Amino acid sequence: MVEAIVLTLQLASLTTLILLIVGVPLGFWLARDTGIIASVVSALVALPLVLPPTVLGFYLLIGLGPNGPLAPMLAATGIRTLAFSFPGLVIGSVLFSLPFMVQPARNGFAGVGREAFEAAATLRAGPLDSFFSVALPLARGGVVTGAILSFAHTIGEFGVVLMIGGNIPGETRVLSIAIFDAVEQGDWGAAHQMSAGLLAFAFVVILTTTLIEKRAGGRAR
Amino acid sequence: MMIRWLETVARRVAAPVVASLVLLIAGSPAFAADLRVAVAANFGAPAQQLAEAFEAETGTRVAISTGSSGALFAQITQGAPFAILLSADEARPKALVDQGFAVKGSQFTYALGRLVLWSPDAELIDSSPAILETDRFSHLAIANPQTAPYGAAAMEVLGALGLEEELAVRIVTGESIAQAFGFVQSGNAELGFIASSQLATAGGGSIWIVPEELHAPIRQDAVLLEAGNDDAKAFLDFLRSSKGREIVAQFGYGLVETTQPAPSIYG
Repeated sequence: MVEAIVLTLQLASLTTLILLIVGVPLGFWLARDTGIIASVVSALVALPLVLPPTVLGFYLLIGLGPNGPLAPMLAATGIRTLAFSFPGLVIGSVLFSLPFMVQPARNGFAGVGREAFEAAATLRAGPLDSFFSVALPLARGGVVTGAILSFAHTIGEFGVVLMIGGNIPGETRVLSIAIFDAVEQGDWGAAHQMSAGLLAFAFVVILTTTLIEKRAGGRAR
Repeated sequence: MMIRWLETVARRVAAPVVASLVLLIAGSPAFAADLRVAVAANFGAPAQQLAEAFEAETGTRVAISTGSSGALFAQITQGAPFAILLSADEARPKALVDQGFAVKGSQFTYALGRLVLWSPDAELIDSSPAILETDRFSHLAIANPQTAPYGAAAMEVLGALGLEEELAVRIVTGESIAQAFGFVQSGNAELGFIASSQLATAGGGSIWIVPEELHAPIRQDAVLLEAGNDDAKAFLDFLRSSKGREIVAQFGYGLVETTQPAPSIYG
């Protein structure tokens, strides 16, 4: 059980880190660009909110495998498939949690307003500088909410992992899978322990994000 | 902000969603089956064919739900609305009888499972387990040994070959034998232990039919879950009839000799 908890935390941390690097700039761009391309990207990013995890899992099973588009690149490194591997789960989790990072970040940046950037420009701040010293601090609430939601959503991920994981201890057997296993094996004691832990965790996460949003909202007014 | 956004979405879609739900609920009885049968994943294809043959004879519609025997067992103990369980083992039907979820005396072996090592690659397996001792594969798929009898049998075979520890890191487990099959079919695992009944869907490749003495026989038992359900009894009789046994045998299963002939509802 400890192994599953550690693995789950590793997966969620790495996924959140990647999403911060990828999702925050993406949210920034989507908040400021109103063009058709931005709308299309925005819709693509939101897809995992609507699709069943099985759809993503099914395409990942094919896409990460020896007949998928990544196969030639992987073959050079001696890897046949990314299914059944931790890196495979990270790819799946990043795609699956993308909207949970991008959506709040975008909303955070949208709330910053043009005036702040104009002021930064008057002070001769470059685009990169004004992003880090103006936009990011002002949109902090949204980014933090996004990070917390991405982390929590990855902890609670089940369908995608079930489809591509192969249930390998220490590699792909995350908490949600361990619970599923425990229930199937009739080991309800273990299932209760892990489930109750996740229940408490989920409550704390939702309470925290609500409080952050309240504070951010109060400041905006 | 996420939550506020979700609220806006919810408000916009609420009316159409409620309207379509009402329509769906009003229309749903049209799809209801007469008989719900829980089936171990390995027996999914033959069960479907049995259901069709049964419906053709009696007009009773049968809905097949597949899963690992362990998952189905857990669902049944929590009141899942199945009238019959076609398990992949003897132990779970017996436990259901002991715990009062199944009808005493209704348990019988409907099929003897056969385990097959399969690869879609026609060159990989040379009708022997030799490949398992090589480095020519990175993943071997099996069903979860804890919940699926075919998985347990696969581990027994590896044990008998003395390869259990050596292959431990290359084994990937599917939730059921059906998922293990999917892992091989998608090419993510080069080979896997599957049920002989799945070879029909496999469409070629290379195989090693595992000798029966390498693992305990996979006795697949059926059990009646609803005592007063006449449709269910009729289906079990059909499964035991010569016609039913013929379908079971077509999919590569062994059959136990019956001492008592099937009750003669269908002659």
